[in-house]
Amino acid sequence: MGILIHKPGLLSSFQDLGRFGFQYLGVSVTGAMDALAHQMANRIVGNRTDLATLEMTLIGPQLTLTAPCCIALSGADMQATLDGLPMALNRPYIARRGQTLKLMSFVTGARTYLAVMGGFALDTVMNSQSTYLRSGMGGWQGRALKKDDEIPLQTPLPDNETLLKKIEAACWQVQLYLPLALQLPNLNRESVRVIASDQWPAFTADSLDHFLSNPWRISRDSERMGYRLEGPKLALSQPKQMLSEVTSFGTIQVPVDGQPIILMADHQSTGGYPKIATVAQVDLPTLAQRKPGDTVRFKLIDMAEAQRLDQLQQAAINHLAQPLEPVFKTFRPTFN
Amino acid sequence: MIRTQGDRCVIFELGDHIDANTGLKCLHLAQQIRRANLRGVTDVIPSFITVAIQFEPHPDHGGNPTEYFKEVTRSLIDQPVDSSLIESRIIDIPVCYEAEFGIDLDFVAQTAKCSVEDIIREHTESLSRVYMLGFAPGQPYIGIHGERLNIPRRSTPRTALPQGSVAIANRQTVIYPNILPGGWHVIGTTPIALFDLHRAQPSLLEPGDQVRFVSISSEHFKSIQNSET
Repeated sequence: MGILIHKPGLLSSFQDLGRFGFQYLGVSVTGAMDALAHQMANRIVGNRTDLATLEMTLIGPQLTLTAPCCIALSGADMQATLDGLPMALNRPYIARRGQTLKLMSFVTGARTYLAVMGGFALDTVMNSQSTYLRSGMGGWQGRALKKDDEIPLQTPLPDNETLLKKIEAACWQVQLYLPLALQLPNLNRESVRVIASDQWPAFTADSLDHFLSNPWRISRDSERMGYRLEGPKLALSQPKQMLSEVTSFGTIQVPVDGQPIILMADHQSTGGYPKIATVAQVDLPTLAQRKPGDTVRFKLIDMAEAQRLDQLQQAAINHLAQPLEPVFKTFRPTFN
Repeated sequence: MIRTQGDRCVIFELGDHIDANTGLKCLHLAQQIRRANLRGVTDVIPSFITVAIQFEPHPDHGGNPTEYFKEVTRSLIDQPVDSSLIESRIIDIPVCYEAEFGIDLDFVAQTAKCSVEDIIREHTESLSRVYMLGFAPGQPYIGIHGERLNIPRRSTPRTALPQGSVAIANRQTVIYPNILPGGWHVIGTTPIALFDLHRAQPSLLEPGDQVRFVSISSEHFKSIQNSET
């Protein structure tokens, strides 16, 4: 009773907000690459934002819903259909038992998130349901989904058509207002805002100039661990031996070959390359929606501005699903 | 010195090179911060010269996390620290140093201009300490060994080292918890699992732990390996 996978798509794995608190043991945080889309999908089906969603990359899966459930998609547009009918992003849908959800390849963005009301029935490993692909832990059997996997749901809806129709009607009456901070033009901004690292002054003037003026190309071998960028070579004014220290999601490292790497959700907890800057939290989602071949430009902001933008975005997510709350309040007790 | 990394990480830098005193300060500060249960903190990560705090924004931080964390740790930093302040266990790690288990042992001995036995003695005779874990789950960085083991890393890393490889460079030891690429010199192999999700505490080692390397024969290695699986 859950979702049955016919085609797994290019890379589909369960992710939550991350496996925090264990980096001191060398365990990566992982979690949703686009934490914003992940949270939006969860909110729209009335979930807490820390429940795992299915993160689907570039080419989506095809699956059957083997139990009735309330689902939502957020993030990239992958031409999703539910039993052949187009499915909009950021709307709750009441899926019936036996319906087929099909995602094709991306039209915009790179990652789509599927949330199910009540969440998927996954084991929690070290406080998280995120799949840590490189170490084979968490999520569904520690790996990306494969054909014929059937993942159970935590709380499917009752198989009662009268009730399902009622919830559906109630959901459709709700206008979801997408706040400005969560609208695509804002998320698809060309430049990604970064905060300079303390090693910023150690780079040559030319390097700093290139870093901020050049459109950087995201290389083919970019994935959940990191985005490799292609462009002019960056260099320190004087070679410096770095000691290994913490790295963050968004940290931009410059290895010896001078081609920057942006560390993404699956990055290792520590690293020893010079760091030029770190992407502001608020722009990690837009970065996560870029794919190999896309370009990215960088714009400097300071810590205070980054925090202000981050707070605006978080507040927008918290408000997003408020109009749906009465619906969920009315119906949840009938099936819990 | 306090640095930031992006808008959700502050880094306390307590020294500029690897030495036991700086390492102990980092371990002590990390343990104290962890114990303080500060709101919004998601990770506290020590390294040889730094302690990093990663956080989510929280009203307690008053909009200025750098100032906040500087203030709450003020009484902890610049305190004299000795090893008795570090909460730690002593953990024996059996290592087989026979030739097939320590492929770089001859190279290390030649570079250090001593015998293989001298290297093994150097590695086993005194307690060393886990200063940080990183790179892979359960992978410890252990030190700080004597000058003899002050050998730079290989210029070209190997693409895959066997699980349990015990390798040295720059007066430190790492142990590879599973098959991983690595540029350090392998002097032995341990049959003990460094990270196992089936254990209550998946990681064998934690920052601060003291480690005693114990030389074992290949027969002993195999018998431990059999009982581990």
